[in-house]
Amino acid sequence: MSSKLNSNIPKGDLRDKWSQYKSEIALVNPANKRHIDIIVIGTGLAGGAAAASFGEMGYSVKAFCFQDSPRRAHSIAAQGGINAAKNYQNDGDSVYRLFYDTIKGGDYRSREANVHRLAEVSRNIIDQCVAQGVPFAREYGGYLDNRSFGGVQVKRTFYAKGQTGQQLLLGAYSALSRQINAGTVKMYHRHEMMDVVLMDDTTDAKRGKVARGVIARNLITGEIERHSAHAVVLASGGYGNVFFLSTNAMGSNVTASWKAYKKGAFMANPCYTQIHPTCLPRSGDHQAKLTLMSESLRNDGRVWVPKKKEDAIAIQQGKKTALDIPDADRDFYLERRYPAFGNLVPRDVASRAAKERCDAGYGVNGTGEAVYLDFKYAIERMGAKAVESKYGNLFQMYEKIAAEDPYKMPMKIYPAVHYTMGGTWVDYNLMTTIPGLFATGECNFSDHGANRLGASALMQGLADGYFVIPYTIGGYLSKDIRTGSIPTDTPEFDEAEKTIKERINFFLSNKGSKSVDYFHRKLGNIMWEECGMARNEKGLTQAIEDIKKIRADFWKEVLVPGKADEYNPELDKALRVADFLELGELMCRDALNRNESCGGHFREEYQTEEGEALRDDENFAYVAAWEFKGVDNKPELHKEELVYDNVEMKQRSYK
Amino acid sequence: MNFTLKIWRQKGAKDSGQFVTYPIKDISSDSSFLEMIDILNNQLVEKGEEPIAFDHDCREGICGMCSMYINGHPHGPENLITTCQLHMRSFKDGDSITIEPWRSSAFPVIKDLVVDRSAFDRIIQAGGYVSVNTGNAQDANNIPIPKTDADKAFDAATCIGCGACVAACKNASAMLFTSAKVSQLALLPQGQVEAKARVENMVAQMDKEGFGACTNTGACSAECPKGISIENIARMNREFIKAKLSSENV
Ligand SMILES: Cc1cc2nc3c(=O)[nH]c(=O)nc-3n(C[C@H](O)[C@H](O)[C@H](O)COP(=O)(O)OP(=O)(O)OC[C@H]3O[C@@H](n4cnc5c(N)ncnc54)[C@H](O)[C@@H]3O)c2cc1C
Ligand code: FES
Repeated sequence: MSSKLNSNIPKGDLRDKWSQYKSEIALVNPANKRHIDIIVIGTGLAGGAAAASFGEMGYSVKAFCFQDSPRRAHSIAAQGGINAAKNYQNDGDSVYRLFYDTIKGGDYRSREANVHRLAEVSRNIIDQCVAQGVPFAREYGGYLDNRSFGGVQVKRTFYAKGQTGQQLLLGAYSALSRQINAGTVKMYHRHEMMDVVLMDDTTDAKRGKVARGVIARNLITGEIERHSAHAVVLASGGYGNVFFLSTNAMGSNVTASWKAYKKGAFMANPCYTQIHPTCLPRSGDHQAKLTLMSESLRNDGRVWVPKKKEDAIAIQQGKKTALDIPDADRDFYLERRYPAFGNLVPRDVASRAAKERCDAGYGVNGTGEAVYLDFKYAIERMGAKAVESKYGNLFQMYEKIAAEDPYKMPMKIYPAVHYTMGGTWVDYNLMTTIPGLFATGECNFSDHGANRLGASALMQGLADGYFVIPYTIGGYLSKDIRTGSIPTDTPEFDEAEKTIKERINFFLSNKGSKSVDYFHRKLGNIMWEECGMARNEKGLTQAIEDIKKIRADFWKEVLVPGKADEYNPELDKALRVADFLELGELMCRDALNRNESCGGHFREEYQTEEGEALRDDENFAYVAAWEFKGVDNKPELHKEELVYDNVEMKQRSYK
Repeated sequence: MNFTLKIWRQKGAKDSGQFVTYPIKDISSDSSFLEMIDILNNQLVEKGEEPIAFDHDCREGICGMCSMYINGHPHGPENLITTCQLHMRSFKDGDSITIEPWRSSAFPVIKDLVVDRSAFDRIIQAGGYVSVNTGNAQDANNIPIPKTDADKAFDAATCIGCGACVAACKNASAMLFTSAKVSQLALLPQGQVEAKARVENMVAQMDKEGFGACTNTGACSAECPKGISIENIARMNREFIKAKLSSENV
C-alpha cells in the first residue's frame, strides 16, 4: 500500500469489526458538541441524513445545496428501491449474503470491511425510515413488501412504487427540517461550494494541514462567502454529467470533490462508471439529458432483439414493428446467454450485451441503438391490471416521453451513463486524504467496487449519512474540543477567495464566441465514445489529447454573459464545466492504466472468448488513488491493495 | 416546428418586468419544452444576450424544480405533468406561447421565470416530520399498517413541492401543499403522537407566509402535476378542528 494511503480498517473478525470499533471510537461530550462546527456540502440522502443526525447529536451544522431546497437533491429521482438484509421474505437472505452479493457484484474491487458494515447497517435504515413515516409499499397483511433487483437471487429490495428515492429523500429532508427548526442546522440553499480551505492544525501539529472551511457562492446574489468549521463533509453526489448526456439531474457536478482533489484529496477509480441498461434511447441533437426506466422493469419485462438481421433492418427502416416479429424469431439474448439470471443479470453485463447486439446490427430503432423491453409476456401471465399496479407510473412516464403505449408496444431502451462508482478516496472512517475532510454517498468511491448493484446507492447514501459518519466523525472531532471557533480572516481564506474571484472575472470578461454547452457536449461525446461502455488503449490515448485541446479552446473561446453579482446560471455552468474538462482527462488516464476489464470498466483488449470481462487479480486487485500534481502534469498513482480474507475471488458468472 | 414565444423577463426582485417576444424556428416535435428553451438560450448567449433564467434540475418530473406558467396553466396545457415533461408535440406549428413565472406574493420573483419558494420549506420546518432521532427506531415490521392506509399516505407523499397549486389558485393558497404532508403523517401510526401540534403549527406558518385562504375551487388539484387529491384538504381541515378542540397550543 502506498505510504500516503492508510485505510484504517480496524482489526478483528469481519463480523465484529464495526460493532467493536464503534464502541471504541472517542466521543465528544454533549456540552462540547455545541462548540463544534461541521459543514455539510450537499443535502441529498447522504448529506441530508448526515446533517440531520449531526444536528440531533448537538453539533452546530451548516448545510449547503445548490437547488432552491434540500428536497430537490438528485436522490429524489431514484426510482426502484433500496436494499436491506432484513430477510422478511424468509428466502435465506442475511447480512453475509448482502455483503457477498455486493462484493461479487462489484467484481471484487471493493473493500471487504466497508461492504460488510454497509450490509450490517442496511437493516437499521429501513427501521429509521419507517419511523420517519416513509410510506414504503406494503402487502395486504400490512407488512413491508419486497421486490428483487438485478444481480441477486433473493427479494431484499424495499420500495415505494417507482419513487423510492423521493420518499427516502423526503424522509431525510423532514429530519433535516426538524433540525433547522431546532436551530442546530443552518441551511444555505442556492449556494455552491467553490473551494475547500485548509489550515495548519493549531491543536495537533501532527495532523498538518486540515480542512477548516469552504468558500461558497450565493447563486442568487453572486456573493462569495467564507464559512469555517472543524470538519467538512462532502456529500455532493456523482459526476456522471461529465458525459454531458446522462440520467443525472442537470445541475449534478464534480466541483466540490474536484476542488478537494486539487487541494490534496485523492480521487479513486475515477473511470468506474455505471452505464445503466434500461434508459430511453437518444432521439436527437436537441437532447439535454437521458431518462432512466427503473431496473425493476427487468423483473417482468423480457429483453429481446430480432433473430434475423433482415427483420432488424426492416424495423430500423420503419417497415416493420416489434409486433410483426413472431416469438420464434425473437432473440431473448440475456436469457440465452445467462440462463441462471436471465433478464436480471447485473447492469454492466446487461448493458454490454445490448451494445453487442446493436453493434452487430440488430438494434431496433432508426439510430440502430435500441433493444426491446417487452411486457407482453407479463401481461399474458399476470394480467394488465397487475402489471399496471406494479409499474403504472413508469409506463406513464415512458408513454409521455416516447409517445408510444408500452402496454401494446414493447419499450425501446438503450444503456446510458447513470452512476459513478469512482470518487473521492476515503478510509474506513470516510475521511479523505485531507484530515478533517470527509466524503459520503455517491461522491466517495467506497463500497461498490467496479460495478454497483441496483438499489445499493440509496442504501449506501443513508448508511453513510445516518449510521456511519455520525460515529466516525467523533473520533476526529474529539481532538478539537479545545480548538475554539475557526476564524475566516486568515491568509488561507483570502487566497481561496481571490482565486475563485479571478476565475469568475475571467469568465465574464472573456471575449469568446461559444456557449458553455458547446464545450460540454464535445467533451461528453469523447467520453461516451472512448471512455464509455467499451474502452481501448488507442482510443483512450487519443481521448486524453483531444480533451486537452477542448480544454484549451474552452479557455480561449468560451462566452459567458451577464454579471458576477446577479443570478447567473450560465456562470454556474461555466464553473462546473471547467472542472469536468479536467476530470475527463483523469478518467481516461485511470481507464488507460487499468489493463484489465472489471465491472463497468471494459477494456476491449481484455475479454474472454465469450466476450465477458477478464479481470487480472494478480496485477490490478487494487484501488487506484490519484494525487493531483498540477493541471498540466500527470497525476501520481497510489495503490491501495485489496485483500479478500472472507470471500474467494472468482470470475463473476451469471450463467 | 416554429413558434412565437412571449416570455416574462425581469432582472431582479425589485425590478419591474415585461414580456419580450422571441421567434424560434426548426424545433423538433420530439424536443421537450425545456430543451426548446435551452436552444433559445444558446442562441441568445451566442448573440451576447442574457439567456432566460428558469429553474430546472431532474428533467423527469420528480424534483419539483421546474415551474413555468404556460398559456395560463402551471406546467402548461397537459394534465399530470411538469414543465420538464411537456413536449413540443403538444403544440401546433406556428403557435404563440406565453410563458410566465409562478405569480404569488409568497413566491417573489428572483429573476425572469425563477421564483423564491422557500416559504414551502418553512412550512415543513414548522412540523412536517416525525420527531424520531437517528437510531431510535424499532424494527420496521413491528407495526403493521393496513395497505390502504399506506397507499393513501404514499399518494399524499408524492407531492413534489413545485408550487403549481399556489400558482393555479386565484387566492394563491398553499392548502394543497400543506395538507399533503399533514395527511401523509395523519394516515400513519408514526404520525399520531405529534398530530395536533403538527397541523396547528404548519397552518400557522402557512398563514404567516402570506398564502391566501382556500375557497374550495379545486384549481390546485386540477393543475397538480402529481394529481394530489383535494381530499387531503378535507382531511387537514378535520385534523385542524380536532386539534383546536383539544389544543394545548394556546
Ligand atoms: C434516475 C436515477 C435513478 C436511480 N435509482 C436508484 C435506485 O432505485 N436505487 C438506488 O439505490 N440508487 C438509485 N440511483 C442512484 C442514487 O439515486 C444516487 O446515487 C444517490 O441518490 C446519490 O445520493 P447523494 O446523497 O450521494 O447525492 P445527491 O442526491 O446527488 O445529492 C447531492 C447534493 O449535493 C449538492 N451539491 C452538489 N455539488 C455541490 C456544490 N458544489 N456545492 C453545494 N452543494 C452541492 C446538491 O445540491 C445535492 O444536495 C438512481 C440514480 C438516478 C440518476
Ligand atoms: S426539472 Fe425536476 S420536476 Fe421538472
